[in-house]
Amino acid sequence: MTLDVLQMVLVTIVAAATPLMIAALGELVVERSGVLNLGVEGMMVLGAATGFAVAVETGSTLVGALAGAGAGLALSALFGILTVVLAANQVASGLAMTILGLGLSGLVGASYVGMKREPAPHLTISGLTDFPGIGRLVFGQDAFVYAGFALVGGIAWFLWCTRAGLALRAIGDDHTSTHALGLQVRKVRFLAVLFGGACAGLAGAYLSLAYTPFWAPAMTAGRGWIALALVVFASWRPVRVMAGAMLFGGATVLQLHAQAAGFGLPGQALSALPYLATILALVLLSLGRRQGGSLAPASLGRVFTPFR
Amino acid sequence: MPPVTEGPTPLFGAYGIVKRFGDFKANDGVDLEIRAGEIHALLGENGAGKSTLMKILYGLLEPTEGVVTHRGDIVKLANPEAARALGIGMVFQHFSLCENLTVAENIALVMPRSLGARALKKKMSTVGTTYGLHLDPDRPVWSLSAGERQRIEIIRCLLQDPRLVILDEPTSVLTPGEAEGLFTVLERLRDEGRALLYISHRLDEVRRLCSRATILRGGKVVGACDPRQESARSLAAMMVGVQVGEVKPPSGVPLGPERLVLSNLSLTTSGLHGTALVDISLTVAGGEIVGIAGIAGNGQAELFDALSGEALAPEAGMVAFDGQPVGRLGITQRRRHGACFVPEERNGHAAAPTLSLSDNALLSRHATAGLSRFGFLRSAATKALAQHVIGAFDVRKAGPDPAAGTLSGGNLQKFLMGREIMAEPGILVVNQPTWGVDALAAAHIRQALLDLAGRGAALLVISQDLDELFEIAGRIAVLHDGTLSRAVPASETSREAVGLLMGGSGGVGTEAVAPSSTREAASHAH
Repeated sequence: MTLDVLQMVLVTIVAAATPLMIAALGELVVERSGVLNLGVEGMMVLGAATGFAVAVETGSTLVGALAGAGAGLALSALFGILTVVLAANQVASGLAMTILGLGLSGLVGASYVGMKREPAPHLTISGLTDFPGIGRLVFGQDAFVYAGFALVGGIAWFLWCTRAGLALRAIGDDHTSTHALGLQVRKVRFLAVLFGGACAGLAGAYLSLAYTPFWAPAMTAGRGWIALALVVFASWRPVRVMAGAMLFGGATVLQLHAQAAGFGLPGQALSALPYLATILALVLLSLGRRQGGSLAPASLGRVFTPFR
Repeated sequence: MPPVTEGPTPLFGAYGIVKRFGDFKANDGVDLEIRAGEIHALLGENGAGKSTLMKILYGLLEPTEGVVTHRGDIVKLANPEAARALGIGMVFQHFSLCENLTVAENIALVMPRSLGARALKKKMSTVGTTYGLHLDPDRPVWSLSAGERQRIEIIRCLLQDPRLVILDEPTSVLTPGEAEGLFTVLERLRDEGRALLYISHRLDEVRRLCSRATILRGGKVVGACDPRQESARSLAAMMVGVQVGEVKPPSGVPLGPERLVLSNLSLTTSGLHGTALVDISLTVAGGEIVGIAGIAGNGQAELFDALSGEALAPEAGMVAFDGQPVGRLGITQRRRHGACFVPEERNGHAAAPTLSLSDNALLSRHATAGLSRFGFLRSAATKALAQHVIGAFDVRKAGPDPAAGTLSGGNLQKFLMGREIMAEPGILVVNQPTWGVDALAAAHIRQALLDLAGRGAALLVISQDLDELFEIAGRIAVLHDGTLSRAVPASETSREAVGLLMGGSGGVGTEAVAPSSTREAASHAH
């Protein structure tokens, strides 16, 4: 019985962690290419609204999820044009994307407020899913969760085992040098930004299609910002993003349980935990790097203009 | 289309190359022919168009007019990949390396996609053994010295089996020992029948290595010669178009009182490549130039920091300006004592590259040139000061007050030297005054230093260029592994004696260590 309670808690943690993980993995790829996208929150919330609206209209969760990813991708394309093509300031453009995304999502979702849908179906394999203790956790999740974990492995493989991944990391480290070697800095960055936007949109769609299957304005509630913090916390490594997402997701769930149990600690203090953990991680990381080199992509946030 | 020339078809040719940037012609009808088995020098002042021509040959820039040929056929170099496919390799001056990637990853970036990691490492070690270029493929680049970084560039170039290797100022960051190793590799490449295009300010290197030279001035070819038949002086004259005058030390100026005194200065260091200073004592009198020779990385940067106040001495009395202990004072307070400082790195240390020249003048002169009143900046006075420096030191630039980073290295150095010299300091400390500066500008800077000493200032010049030190310094001391030798009059010592001290041998307790290995050991030990 206690095993099942533990499993229930773990399942809720994984559910809370999945949107953070998917959005953060996308942002990790973007930042590894040297672009800082502060518009994750906007892309996520637009993905949530669009995903829900399309799912309601078509009746298909899959089409809704794809539409959510597409909406994030479209907004990130705008961000990419501004920052990669037109070399605009990344911080200002990213903040603008967040504000724009929040506004657009309100518009898209206006007529869907209060509607409910069935949540995305969970996997059921007879025999396995009912397996006591871990069945639900391992074999009873929805497709988003599995997609999230597949992304962890996929991105890690891409970054460290493929030539394109090497080029992406090199471009994030030093765009001037890689340009001089003939790598296509702007093309790679633009593609990375699109990928990040699609991931943010997908993470948003998860919220409105699976996590809480309805649309409410600004329902991402700062998860995009947590995803950004998570990338730093994970020192730009996919597996650490996964672990960090579980930790941050755990903090969220813990906070809910603590509030429900009338625990002495104020909920705000627990909500602040992920950010506190990020600051702590940053301090520890920089302490460990006194000798030189950096964990962060060295040209992160720097605007690139080719000299041709 | 190519003009008829003597001999066989050149391996690579560039004919009638014009490159315009707006109204400015960086290259104006340049012809260049490179043959297999030769080291061809490309000479010219800062801003003569060498880099532009090189970037065109490597496919980084597209010429406005003109053609590039390969074995007589016209080729189009749309990007570096196309150039590499034709067998053109490049060793960049400012290395094009990603610091946080490993050696092997940096090399893999330009290798064919099909080459696996293991095969790459095998090839690296083969080339490393063949040419004596050894590197650990798994070290991150940030942990390597300048010489090791250049080795990566060269290996990366050689792995592509290039027929033409372009080298842009390859020795500018190397120790003499490392440079010697490079020359051996280059001569070997030449003997293998490859062509090399060699760009350098160091004319004795050119005379030693190169069999042909093309000289650029103002974007045009102004001459060609066999550098082995020329003197460094005649080559310099061709580059700048006028005879480079010898700098004249002011004769018979009596030395004034001791103005700069270091007493038993010791300083520990943090960081990977740092060198601790050990018990350094030195005096510089008014009217005197003392030169500090030494191989890079033996404590020059640390000594400069200790003098300028970027690093504080453990005790105030260890550094004294005009009798005042200043060892615990910061930079601005030391400047208020009449001292000025010019650090080695122009961009990022001596100047902020994105700020205008007048803002850069403000950066070092704000406390001493009356550039602020009641805490407000006097921008007119600042601009006037910058213009004054620009005029007096013949700083060539685009626009009235451009960003420092847009100036060529030589012109920015003239501006920075002028900024400090025109403050009429009583004490001036300079680290590498003419690094990467063309012959004419270097002569100008050295003359200005001598003139300043003639007016009674005490000058401490840290330089890797022995010729420079023997030209201007009254006394020379050698910094080796953080310790300073006794300063001896330049007339009583020789290049050989100083060279031995630089390598750590000479005097008592002689150790016969080659300079390069000393450097390596020193940088690894810390």
